[in-house]
Amino acid sequence: MKKTDLLIIGGGPAGLCAAAMAAECSAHALVLERNPKAGGQLVKQTHMFFGSEKQHASVRGVDIADILLEKIARYPNNVELMTSTTAVGLYEDGVATALYKEENYFKIMPRAVIAATGAYERPLAFPNNDLPGIYGAGAVQTLMNVYGVKPGERALMVGAGNIGLIVSYQLMQAGVKVVAILDAAPKIGGYLVHAAKVARMGVPILTSHTVKRALGETELKAVEICAVDERFRPLEGTEKLYEVDTLCVAVGLSPLAELLEMRGCEMRYVPQLGGTVPVRNENYETTVENVFAAGDTSGIEEASAAMVEGSLAGLCASAKLGFVHPRYEELRQELQGQLDALRAGPAGKHIREGILSIVAKGGFSC
Amino acid sequence: MRLEEHPILAFSRGKEIQFTFNGENVTGYEGETIAAALHAAGVKVLGESLFLHRPRGFYCAIGNCSSCMMVVDGVSNVKTCITELKEGMRVETQRGKGTVV
Repeated sequence: MKKTDLLIIGGGPAGLCAAAMAAECSAHALVLERNPKAGGQLVKQTHMFFGSEKQHASVRGVDIADILLEKIARYPNNVELMTSTTAVGLYEDGVATALYKEENYFKIMPRAVIAATGAYERPLAFPNNDLPGIYGAGAVQTLMNVYGVKPGERALMVGAGNIGLIVSYQLMQAGVKVVAILDAAPKIGGYLVHAAKVARMGVPILTSHTVKRALGETELKAVEICAVDERFRPLEGTEKLYEVDTLCVAVGLSPLAELLEMRGCEMRYVPQLGGTVPVRNENYETTVENVFAAGDTSGIEEASAAMVEGSLAGLCASAKLGFVHPRYEELRQELQGQLDALRAGPAGKHIREGILSIVAKGGFSC
Repeated sequence: MRLEEHPILAFSRGKEIQFTFNGENVTGYEGETIAAALHAAGVKVLGESLFLHRPRGFYCAIGNCSSCMMVVDGVSNVKTCITELKEGMRVETQRGKGTVV
């Protein structure tokens, strides 16, 4: 049985920042990452980040992943990172189980757990939506930006949020023709700066449109789209056929929090946070003592917020175990200030509302 | 098809790896996942659905959705989107639930 102070599940922006903070607090952290490369979704993000310098604004996501990995590499005695390792169970006696590749199944006895398991891309329901050639937009991003493999020749994007817009641009950088971007909503959901960039490249952005069906026998050959009315009902006679070999689905993310459910944490469905999330206190601790959550696992935002939440969860979980950072109060306030800034304004309204509905006041003090 | 030129990224590929897909020789590179190497070789169908036997390709590429599961070196249900290639790997299309080895 492997022992550690903190078991951090997920080696993305939240998990790596939690590990770095735990190390600064002199705690020991074991980070499990199921992908062969740590960094979470940062490793495929070739665009420069917005936000503030504190979360590496104007640095490309892929470079932020390297910065975070270098940071934890400075603490070889405090942080152990295991890649290709999937956490598969969290049990009521505190034991966690994990699988390394297909080879080694082992147990871990941590003093505390931070779930930083991220999110998954939602699918979209339409006939033949399971044909090979239909992918989550993030999957296509992984294929082309991490592995350097061209996804296809002609692609259609569903979703004009930031992911749909950014991945469309990156498809073009990889030499793929993007025939159109659809969105069922009457207006573009992503930042207009991203929309303008793809529109300038000649890609039509069709709002109030959706996928009617996909066509193909063993692989995607074409997609039929149609316009929708204000209640998202298809409008007869508006169908249009696009011959494409790639359809990217970018219709939002949902939190991946099954391990917390398995552990018995109280969960709540919060639409503003993207799905079912753990109820927690102000210290990122769930309703199960010494089980913490940070990042998209506890509400869909973006990588900048995940990094700050990870640092805060690492700070609080370490303190709970007796590893109190010498600048605990100061850091806490500073990090909370960063989160407040990221969530300020109308764009952060749903996040602020969502968080209010899951954070129980009080909790332990240290 | 593999990308050789990119405005932002430089792809430094590892050494060549030989593996088989349904008995045929395929070349990939060290550091690639099985699913990425197969896609580069033009293979999109990785398995089939349990009951209607519909073709399955990868969907999420982060080890979550289970749409990419194949038989690798005789082991069923391997998530090929997060499993790295190894020299001499035997990769096969999975039909049905797979067997316990």
